[in-house]
Amino acid sequence: MDTSPLPTIDLEHLGFDRGAHLLVERALNELDAGQQLRVLGTDPNLKLHLRAWASARGHATDGNVVIKDDVLQQRWRSATRAGDAAAPVEHAEPTWGLAARGALVETGGPALALADLVERDAAWCDVAPRLHAHAMAHQWDPATAIDWTHADDLPVEVEDAVVQVMTYLVENEQAALMVPARHLVRIHPQYREVVAFLATQVADEARHVEVFSHRAALHRTTLGSSAVAGRLSLQTLVDEPDFTLASFLLTVLGEGTFLDLLSFLERYAPDPVTRRVAQLTRQDEARHVAFGQAHLEHRVALDPTLREELRRAIERRHDALRATTGLNADVEDALVLLAAGEFSIAAVAAGYERVQELRHAMHEGRTRRLVRLGFSADDADALSALHTRNFM
Amino acid sequence: MSPAPRGADDRTFLLGAVAYDPKVVTIWEGFRRWFDTQDFAFDFVLYSNYERQVNELLAGRIDVAWNSPLAWVRARRASAAAGSSVSAPVMRDSDRDLTSIIVVRDSGPIGKTADLRHKTVATGAVDSPQGTLLPIDRLRADGLEPGTDFTVRRFDVGVGLHGDHVGGERDAARALARGEVDAACMLAANHLLFVREGTLAAGTTRVIAETAPFDHCNMTVGEHADGDVVARFTELLLAMDYGDDEVRPLLDLEGLHQWLPGRLELYAPLEQAVDRAGFYDSDGHITASDYRP
Repeated sequence: MDTSPLPTIDLEHLGFDRGAHLLVERALNELDAGQQLRVLGTDPNLKLHLRAWASARGHATDGNVVIKDDVLQQRWRSATRAGDAAAPVEHAEPTWGLAARGALVETGGPALALADLVERDAAWCDVAPRLHAHAMAHQWDPATAIDWTHADDLPVEVEDAVVQVMTYLVENEQAALMVPARHLVRIHPQYREVVAFLATQVADEARHVEVFSHRAALHRTTLGSSAVAGRLSLQTLVDEPDFTLASFLLTVLGEGTFLDLLSFLERYAPDPVTRRVAQLTRQDEARHVAFGQAHLEHRVALDPTLREELRRAIERRHDALRATTGLNADVEDALVLLAAGEFSIAAVAAGYERVQELRHAMHEGRTRRLVRLGFSADDADALSALHTRNFM
Repeated sequence: MSPAPRGADDRTFLLGAVAYDPKVVTIWEGFRRWFDTQDFAFDFVLYSNYERQVNELLAGRIDVAWNSPLAWVRARRASAAAGSSVSAPVMRDSDRDLTSIIVVRDSGPIGKTADLRHKTVATGAVDSPQGTLLPIDRLRADGLEPGTDFTVRRFDVGVGLHGDHVGGERDAARALARGEVDAACMLAANHLLFVREGTLAAGTTRVIAETAPFDHCNMTVGEHADGDVVARFTELLLAMDYGDDEVRPLLDLEGLHQWLPGRLELYAPLEQAVDRAGFYDSDGHITASDYRP
């Protein structure tokens, strides 16, 4: 037996038909190209399979000795890391594609053209990981979180009003689902925290569509009306091609306004199911608004001139919707009646007053969020007034 | 020999390849695009079998044939008979130093080639160097004449493809596993493949004989091809770098890590097997009576 001092591995009874290559590969990893490894073992096909395996890996063999070649390692010669596993880098390469953040990426793969948002700040905010964690910890199951066993004991007109408001909420939530869904595939996987957060936002909105639909159908087989004006307003959100502007219009202004609407329902809805549905959905919406607001604040801090673009986006949308009637009149009346709870003169007056207070609260909320983006109080006040009368 | 040249103004270097698998189109389309980036005018023609490809090479209708070893043997013989010659400037690293083996069931009574007398041996296709011609010749060297001393059960998958289709060898291995034959012939590397993919269960087969090393495919060039263009073609192939992500997919598809200069010594075992099987005559005529590519 050859006893020269070559690096040697003894595979004992293990053959290449049972995973021996893993041990040989490991031993070869310790060697430089041109160095030799002696392979010992008792498998009757050892030499035969060693040669076939080595040849396919580019190594030469001489009997039971493998002469290492590094041709296969050339595959990784120009490979680069897809950023840093710990934190996203400022610019992501489209050719990193679907590789995990921080993975060693072989060059020559397809560019992920779909994900055109390759700059971190195009969609980033520092609280995204925390908000995602919050979203994961606060998911709720409509089947158990809401007690749906509620008797049909509301006055007919009040139940009708609840159904109309639910009908309106469903179409708004459809838009709120579609906007992040449209943009999340555009965000490079490098910024996975943002993608993950938006995925929870999409899931939240899908759940909201479900629970509002469920409440609408609780005691009725038909739903309320859907007016063109409302859908036109939502269409401008769905059509907005810029992620930051879409976040601004949908989340900061639209969903922000909806926080007040859902608080209103939580407080004044005539039945416990509607109040509970409003409470749960508002908690989710607050998270969406927090993300949108944080992203916009991040962008404005980097580039204060962005504020001018935001102003123009509000004005453009206002101009586009100028000729429309705004909120569906059926919804407006339904909100009054819902807050009234009954068809008496005193109750209707009170309901009307509450809706006026709601509009005021919505305006205050929008103004406050605009001021946080650096608009002056006067500017914020004027811009808030241009917001769609559809609320979202 | 008087080749029928293509149009005198056509300077495109034309390669012939055999379409043994749909991926052949992907491979040579890729090479054509890559040659284009190297300012090398290149195109390819696909043939359904190697015999036609060799005829076309010798007729001067293609400059180079991506040939099986058996096609090389025939091209060499036929060109010499016509007073011409062919050369093999380049081959794959994976074409060198292959062996074929004869495998039996580990549980069976056969321990050496002599035990195969009056037994049945499964092979690949009639025209497969590695699956049939070379291993059968190995048995012949041990004094066993096919058809006389043992029965050959041939698995004629892809006749005309010179064994490029692995299906014949795989079917032979399956026949062995099922106990329908006493031995099976295959490329040594395919034994590992069949065991790993489960065609043969691990530890159930034993190798009783191995052929001498032989070489496989090469780029076969006719005398009519422009020497400078052939030199450039060869130079470009030899410079293909596995570390270059533009060419790596092509090399992966074609099953090599690098192109190497051609060499002819290790076609001798196949020349001998072809003679002893009477597959081609010394002028490259097909003489195997049961071969219909």
